[in-house]
Amino acid sequence: MDSESVETFYSVESALSSSSIRSNFSIQSKASGRNSIREVNFGDLGSKPVRYGSHGAGSETYSISMSQREINDEDARLVHINDPVQTNERFEFSGNSIRTGKYSILTFLPRNLFEQFHRVAYIYFLVIAVLNQLPQLAVFGRGVSILPLAFVLLVTAVKDAYEDYRRHRSDRIENNRLASVLVNDQFQQKKWKKIEVGEIIKIYANETIPCDIVLLSTSDPTGVAYVQTINLDGESNLKTRYAKQETLIKIPEKDNLTGLIKCEKPNRNIYGFQANMEVDGKRLSLGPSNIILRGCELKNTAWAVGVAVYAGRETKVMLNSSGAPSKRSRLETHMNLEIIFLSLFLIALCTVVSVCAAVWLRRHRDELDYLPFYRRKNFSEDGEEENYNYSGWGLEICFTFLMSVIVFQIMIPISLYISMELVRVGQAYFMIRDTQMYDESSNSRFQCRALNINEDLGQIKYVFSDKTGTLTENKMEFQCASIWGVDYSGGKAISQDQKDGYFVKVDRKVLRPKMKVKTDPELLQLARNGKETEEGSHVHDFFLALAACNTIVPLIVDTDDPFVKLIGYQGESPDEQALVYAAASYGFMLIERTSGHIMIDIQGERQRFNVLGLHEFDSDRKRMSVILGFPDKSVKIFVKGADTSMFSVVDRSMNKNVIRTTEAHLYSYSSLGLRTLVIGMRDLSTSEFEEWHSAFEVASTALMGRASLLRKVASNIENNLCILGASGIEDKLQQGVPEAIESLRTAGIKVWVLTGDKQETAISIGYSSKLLTNKMTQIIINSRSKESCRKSLEDGIIMSKKLTTISGTTNYTGGTSGAGLTPVALIIDGTSLVYILDSELEESLFQLACNCSVVLCCRVAPLQKAGIVSLVKKRTADMTLAIGDGANDVSMIQMADVGVGISGQEGRQAVMASDFAMGQFRFLVPLLLVHGHWNYQRMGYMVLYNFYRNAVFVLVLFWYVLFTCFTLTTAITDWSSVLYSIVYTSLPTILVGILDKDLSRRSLLKYPQLYGAGQRQECYNKKLFWITMIDTFWQSAVTFFIPLLAYWSSTIDASSIGDLWTLAVVILVNLHLAMDVMRWNWLTHAAIWGSIIATFICVIVIDSLPFLVGYWAIFEIMKTGLFWLCLLAIIVAALIPRFVVKVLYQLYVPSDVQIAREIEKFQTQTESGAVEIEMNSILDTPRR
Amino acid sequence: MDANGATTSSAAGGGSSSKSSAKKNSRKPKYSRFTQQELPACKPVLTPGLVIATFTIIGIVFIPLGLVSLSASEHVVEIVDRYDDSCVPPNYSNDKLKFIQAADTNKSCVRILPVPKLMKKPIYIYYQLDNYYQNHRRYVKSRSDKQLRSKSGEKDISDCTPEDKTKDGPIVPCGLVAWSLFNDTYGFSLDSKMIKVNKHNIAWKSDKDHKFGDDVYPKNFQTGGLIGGAKLNSSLPLSEQEDLMVWMRTAALPTFRKLYGKIEEDLPANKKIQVVIQNNYNTYSFGGKKKLVLSTTSWMGGKNDFLGIAYIIVGGLCLFLAVFFILLYVIKPRPLGDPSYLSWNKSPSGQPN
Repeated sequence: MDSESVETFYSVESALSSSSIRSNFSIQSKASGRNSIREVNFGDLGSKPVRYGSHGAGSETYSISMSQREINDEDARLVHINDPVQTNERFEFSGNSIRTGKYSILTFLPRNLFEQFHRVAYIYFLVIAVLNQLPQLAVFGRGVSILPLAFVLLVTAVKDAYEDYRRHRSDRIENNRLASVLVNDQFQQKKWKKIEVGEIIKIYANETIPCDIVLLSTSDPTGVAYVQTINLDGESNLKTRYAKQETLIKIPEKDNLTGLIKCEKPNRNIYGFQANMEVDGKRLSLGPSNIILRGCELKNTAWAVGVAVYAGRETKVMLNSSGAPSKRSRLETHMNLEIIFLSLFLIALCTVVSVCAAVWLRRHRDELDYLPFYRRKNFSEDGEEENYNYSGWGLEICFTFLMSVIVFQIMIPISLYISMELVRVGQAYFMIRDTQMYDESSNSRFQCRALNINEDLGQIKYVFSDKTGTLTENKMEFQCASIWGVDYSGGKAISQDQKDGYFVKVDRKVLRPKMKVKTDPELLQLARNGKETEEGSHVHDFFLALAACNTIVPLIVDTDDPFVKLIGYQGESPDEQALVYAAASYGFMLIERTSGHIMIDIQGERQRFNVLGLHEFDSDRKRMSVILGFPDKSVKIFVKGADTSMFSVVDRSMNKNVIRTTEAHLYSYSSLGLRTLVIGMRDLSTSEFEEWHSAFEVASTALMGRASLLRKVASNIENNLCILGASGIEDKLQQGVPEAIESLRTAGIKVWVLTGDKQETAISIGYSSKLLTNKMTQIIINSRSKESCRKSLEDGIIMSKKLTTISGTTNYTGGTSGAGLTPVALIIDGTSLVYILDSELEESLFQLACNCSVVLCCRVAPLQKAGIVSLVKKRTADMTLAIGDGANDVSMIQMADVGVGISGQEGRQAVMASDFAMGQFRFLVPLLLVHGHWNYQRMGYMVLYNFYRNAVFVLVLFWYVLFTCFTLTTAITDWSSVLYSIVYTSLPTILVGILDKDLSRRSLLKYPQLYGAGQRQECYNKKLFWITMIDTFWQSAVTFFIPLLAYWSSTIDASSIGDLWTLAVVILVNLHLAMDVMRWNWLTHAAIWGSIIATFICVIVIDSLPFLVGYWAIFEIMKTGLFWLCLLAIIVAALIPRFVVKVLYQLYVPSDVQIAREIEKFQTQTESGAVEIEMNSILDTPRR
Repeated sequence: MDANGATTSSAAGGGSSSKSSAKKNSRKPKYSRFTQQELPACKPVLTPGLVIATFTIIGIVFIPLGLVSLSASEHVVEIVDRYDDSCVPPNYSNDKLKFIQAADTNKSCVRILPVPKLMKKPIYIYYQLDNYYQNHRRYVKSRSDKQLRSKSGEKDISDCTPEDKTKDGPIVPCGLVAWSLFNDTYGFSLDSKMIKVNKHNIAWKSDKDHKFGDDVYPKNFQTGGLIGGAKLNSSLPLSEQEDLMVWMRTAALPTFRKLYGKIEEDLPANKKIQVVIQNNYNTYSFGGKKKLVLSTTSWMGGKNDFLGIAYIIVGGLCLFLAVFFILLYVIKPRPLGDPSYLSWNKSPSGQPN
């Protein structure tokens, strides 16, 4: 690419241009379409329509345009430094007190109720409770009918109140922390909540910053302050912030520091800040490096003084603290359909009752007046005859209908919603407490951030994974270097004499890098020899570039040994850290960095270099550079960057051989899965330097479009480079990743890897993580136009079809076992995706991807990741899971059905956006295969059981109505009807929903295929629902008709037979549950038998209240043998069909789960040893 | 954490404290069998043996139970006489309603009942009403349990309409249930000798003691515009009105019996009992049937073969199922826990390898 195309090159965003160097692509008219690789402004995704392909990502254009635009007065906030009164005079800036609590004592009740009634189910029950209050319709006692709803509301309200109380408490602690604030030219302690915008605040080392402040001065003479942003984004390394030279010299107490800061309105972009400051008549521009945000901690800096610009809820951290997005589980969505069926069923029952009632009324219309049990006429009022409680038969039917809705209301199980919540809390508890999902290295437990999609974990079909930091550790290790065309990659082991690594002696003290790096002996020798030879000088320059061309800050730490000090390198990029450690090991130890110079110890000799200019890394240039003034007054620029961007700015006169061999080395490095960087340098002549310097000065103080000006300046100087060499950094695979991927694929989950890395790197990681195997046929698509994309997709589809139909079968378990089947892997790059996503080619890509067992997307931008997820989500009903660790994964995590964040090196943004967060990729195996399977199985069973449980009861009520002239009398007392779903039967289902296990962890991990049960929806589907409903019909009929026939024409009274029905139903549903429980531990026993006993007790208590009709009925009926005979007959006769079907199914059409249970039961002793070994590879953590 | 290394060599106390601090810092979940979901548990698996045993046991238990119930029911001697039609004089047979509503008609009626077998005492006398919905919603709600229980609740008549009060004040006992109290009476004689009918202790003791107050006396009862049934002796407290108590235990089903009294002597076989019935109660308006029942009792109540038959059927079915599963097990056994049955181990043709 020649120099005039460089100009256009900048305007086209990275992913477009990041094609491999081999294909020289021309910029098309499409160039207007910007493609972003930068951080997505998370949290905004849901609110605006986003195009995933490539065009106009909102957040990107936003941040660019901000930097290019002068802040308008109406968009700005004006902060008068050290003058809070004037600052806050005109503008309503919020104070620094924060309130994360949702409610106050006064607003709690209305607001909480309002929020709770967003659930349709609650409104249904409210309407029913209100209906029941009407005198004509009062079926239940008034208090009784409110009770269930009140109970549910109360439980939720108590939970909310407790959470809010905790928030209030932490708010109070936050608000009452102290900070030093300049008041009347003296720093005084002030509570955080009293701090106002415009005040000057002094922060000491290790203190937390109370609000967003613009740095004025620091203890460091150059105005550097180091902050740790762990509370903000989870990154533990230190970041540098600068105070402006103009304010640095002022001492706030003495010099009356005044000025005006004009900055943006509060926004949630934690990486952006744009402001001007007017001090002493000078206008200075401020950027993100001049602001420290609330929640950061000041480190390694004695003190820092700043002026508050955003306070309280307007701080960036508060604006970003939105909760996890709420998602709805698949099972719950399906369940809603079944709820509709149940509603229809309910309406049918009510219709039957009211029609029958109508017929009865019509047939007896002549008798009603005097019928002893109807008595329409009321004669008591002075002999005047009037209808009593009768409103004409049309209205009576209407009332009958409404009353039957009230009586049969629990057909729609209200308790199910609260049970599901409790069960999910329980399941989350066990997931969090699982020792096998605890990450030792980061000391982090599993986190459940979304509480309503637990069961989705059991149905995942697609896993979309990020690579860096997710599959790999994101702990970079320098592996090899290619310098001047020579490959040095011998450093495979640390030999004995290098055990201590490189060290420097200063004043009898030993300074040693904190991390040891494997060194290549030959290269080490070369580096030691100095720059006498040409070879040596290249090596010298190379390592000097590694040590200097970065933004790393060295930190010296004391050790136990007073003579040994460790030097640690803090920086934002793990690659740079690795490079600096490597340079240190080869004798180029970075000792000190200030904003003006760096100190490097070169082979024991300290040298000071002036840092004349630093062009930071940005994703457009994909390189960074530093301009160093050498002690001998020469000026050099050192550049490092991605190969694609570096080779385009090479000096054309350079030795072609070196370039070619370097390229070859780069190719081989990336094939090994190493991340590569190319290092280049150039001597600057004085005139060149002067020219650059003036341009740089202009650009860095520009008020308009500073970022793009700086970029331009950088690109102008970063050319005609002499390539020194390249480095290869290993991004190590996380522990257990290959095994985990193997397990997931055996489980029938399709693993797609979406990475921003190069194709070669991605493929090599694919091999090392066992995603790709040698048996696979690779279909690679990297096209540069829509037409070629179309063609390669069509070819790919034909090829994949050919390959997959050879064996003649489609193998749904992921293609690991099929004989003669050639698995196909699809590798596609971001440039091709630009043409495919959001166009009609999506469909063909989807078809192709479905035929492939592995899909690898490289060079993809964050929004493209989300686009791929939505591509799959739109076209299948299968569940998707996205897992990632960085800000660039946020969009995909939010897009997928289940989002998992890895709390790793790259900050907390992914975790903040995720539904579940964990420390390592391999935990996905226990999470999905074990917990997901359990959760799904439990939840599915629980929902079905709840439907059955309530329907049985409703049907028993219904049958009785048929024998009471359809007048909705219930033999079962009101209290029992209400307590039925709250006390009598709720606890066992919740406990079983939390605790029951169909299979042990061991079997689930041994046979990952068992996960298919969830994918095939074996535990909850329409067929099961209807079978359950038929069974419900039978069971209710048996429960009702056995006593009916046994007591026909006997002296039985309504209360007694009602008690019999109550007890029969409760025992029946509990035994039904007991029959399906797969693991009986003491808790299950306690819950099931306890519920039955509790029911007996409740019935006895209710029948001991003399003011109720049924006084003493239970004692009278329990004395008779017939009662016990009926009970026994009901239970046995009701359960026989279910039992027989269950046995037949289990014995002759066994599901995989069933067989695995049998294996577990009968073969545990013989196989346990073997399984243990197998498991340890995946779950290395010891049991205890 | 740096301090840890330095203290290890010092006193044991220092060592343990540093250990505990390290423990505090670690967020590793504590191991317990509960949190790891590894509580000791029993894992029942339905083996053929278990299934067959279950069915056999149920069969073995149920069939004898059914036989015992049947024989108990067989031993109960029961005389049922429907008298609502026959007790209407022929001249009123087309207008029974008029007969029953007229005040001046002679309502007594004599029935001769043969005793088929020896009836051992006590013999229970029931009246049985058919097609009478004592469980009708309007009916069951029309009562005031507070009023029945104590004098202080006398005014508690809000649920009792239309039989709540008269001009003279609240009706005690109020409501439709009490108002429609059954008022047929029976007199029994054997060989012209009166048989004594014991009407004591026909109601539940709990009703007498707690539900019907001994300070509550009938008031304004059956004085309204329409007489529904029996009148009550207003000098007796409700706690001694046992007929009322029996009646007010509303029946669960539209065909029901209520205890009228007990005969405390044996009735020899093949004798004829003469019953004089005062046929007062109006069931003619809605086609309800009235029956007089004399019955001995057994441990499982009156004569009802249903449960015995049900038990035998269920028991028989279980035995049949037991045999069925034995055959199934013999003919087509499936080895339990055989991994070759797992779906991914099966060859595409569907047969295990």
